[in-house]
Amino acid sequence: MNTKGTVFKYPDNVDTDVIIPARYLNTPDAKELSKHCMEDIDADYVNRVQPGDVMVAGWNFGCGSSREHAPLVIKTCGTGCVIAKSFARIFYRNAINIGLPILECEAAAEEIQAGDTVSVDFDTGIIIDHTSGKTYQAEPFPEFIQNIIKKGGLLASLKEM
Amino acid sequence: MGMTLTQKILAAHAGLETVNPGQLIRAKLDIVLGNDITTPVAINEFTKNGFSSVFDKDKIAIVLDHFVPNKDIKAAQQSKQCREFACAHCVSHFYDVGKMGIEHALLPEQGVVTAGDCIIGADSHTCTYGALGAFSTGVGSTDMAAGMATGEAWFKVPAAIRFQLTGKLPANCSGKDVILSIIGKIGVDGALYKSMEFTGPGVASLSMDDRLCICNMAIEAGAKNGIFPVDDVTLSYLEGRSERTPKIFEADPDAVYEQTIDIDLSEIVPTVACPHLPENTRPAAELGHIKIDQVVIGSCTNGRMEDMEAAYKTLNGNTVAPGVRCIIIPATMQIYKECVQRGYVTAFIDAGAVVSTPTCGPCLGGYMGILAAGERCIATTNRNFVGRMGHVDSEVYLASPATAAASALTGYITYPKEV
Repeated sequence: MNTKGTVFKYPDNVDTDVIIPARYLNTPDAKELSKHCMEDIDADYVNRVQPGDVMVAGWNFGCGSSREHAPLVIKTCGTGCVIAKSFARIFYRNAINIGLPILECEAAAEEIQAGDTVSVDFDTGIIIDHTSGKTYQAEPFPEFIQNIIKKGGLLASLKEM
Repeated sequence: MGMTLTQKILAAHAGLETVNPGQLIRAKLDIVLGNDITTPVAINEFTKNGFSSVFDKDKIAIVLDHFVPNKDIKAAQQSKQCREFACAHCVSHFYDVGKMGIEHALLPEQGVVTAGDCIIGADSHTCTYGALGAFSTGVGSTDMAAGMATGEAWFKVPAAIRFQLTGKLPANCSGKDVILSIIGKIGVDGALYKSMEFTGPGVASLSMDDRLCICNMAIEAGAKNGIFPVDDVTLSYLEGRSERTPKIFEADPDAVYEQTIDIDLSEIVPTVACPHLPENTRPAAELGHIKIDQVVIGSCTNGRMEDMEAAYKTLNGNTVAPGVRCIIIPATMQIYKECVQRGYVTAFIDAGAVVSTPTCGPCLGGYMGILAAGERCIATTNRNFVGRMGHVDSEVYLASPATAAASALTGYITYPKEV
């Protein structure tokens, strides 16, 4: 599995309220929700994002609410993966459970610039910035989590047990 | 190696003698919780993946609290979906309008959660129940669905930060000032993935409402959970309340903590978190003349009886400043009723405040107190992110009920007097 696309860059502590504002949480419909992805921090994101594009952010990405709608809208609007210095723990769990690829890599999150073309190999954790020519190695997932991802999410993995 | 209180509870629920930080375990759950926003997503996942029955109808709690009484047609559809699922699976802890309260005030009050429990909830503030000496943490809807189906969840055993409490809080301070001070000190990711373990001689002086408020905001420091040891305060709170027998766990004397932070409660001052992060804290006394348009006293953080008492003490016989909207939301029907019986509601209305039925409403910018562009609110809620209570150009300042009520009277953020 891999993705290649243009980078959208965000700061530290991007919270779930800006990823998907609670005022839209009166529906569980992912397509409808995804029209508002990142609206309060980058209103143009949903118009500019192309399938496979890469979100790059600082520390504590996804802090705040437990709403699974947050990773879901990022995935549904076509984002290929999120690279951050660190993730808030509930967001991290939710992203794995719903199948949004996420990678922790401090150096990549620091150096990659908005607009760069980046490709990511999820199996190896290798991130290549084609604009700068630099390569980064992200932390691999523990085996336990890799199994959940391979089986297609948490519930699918439970069915096999 | 000794275990922390959190590690002891997790080990017991995983059927293991010992656990170590970083270890991945599967643990049995005592309660699986969801609300009217997160449960519909969980129900869809549950159904889509072919599950037809819940693991234990008595160990699932579904509380309609975020957008009820329903704010619009879509919210009504979500509530209806929860209601039908709860009915179909005979979920015994289903709380609808008339019985409901804000989940994290309601479940302890009703004795649904107790000491020694292992709890997950599809709501980030599920960490509240650590106040009772339980392991309790927020998860997403898929985890809730898996929990409802299997009665288990996977966890990475957390390392711990110990908060060694000494002294006693000044009269104008409460649990909210303690937790805001701590978040100000360690930051919004200061306890990321870790447990916050509150210990020390200062614990005994904190009321259950203070402890519930402190654990409630552990997530705002990034923590997996916050937890207090079980003592006389816990036992007297649980007595006559708990549906199940409380189990008392204790940290090992040689438990390992990554860090110990000393907190002298007598040095805590009324504290305010300025926009747009809970870590942007300042002593209330040092803030300049910050004019406010709205005050919200309520939420899963501060909508309990002691919070209502603090609001009453300040507002009774006084008048809310012109141009300020003061919204008071008792967190459960029982608290609401007690506010009526004690005459608080009359005093609040006479002061020019409004009193709402229990709801999370304004805290997350749902309804019942949304801010316009350029407006500013002081709230006893838990988050002050961009756009949290309304327009992206509005501002939320977080504070205790005493500070919020004092500010309602003056129209600007105000240091609460010593009572």
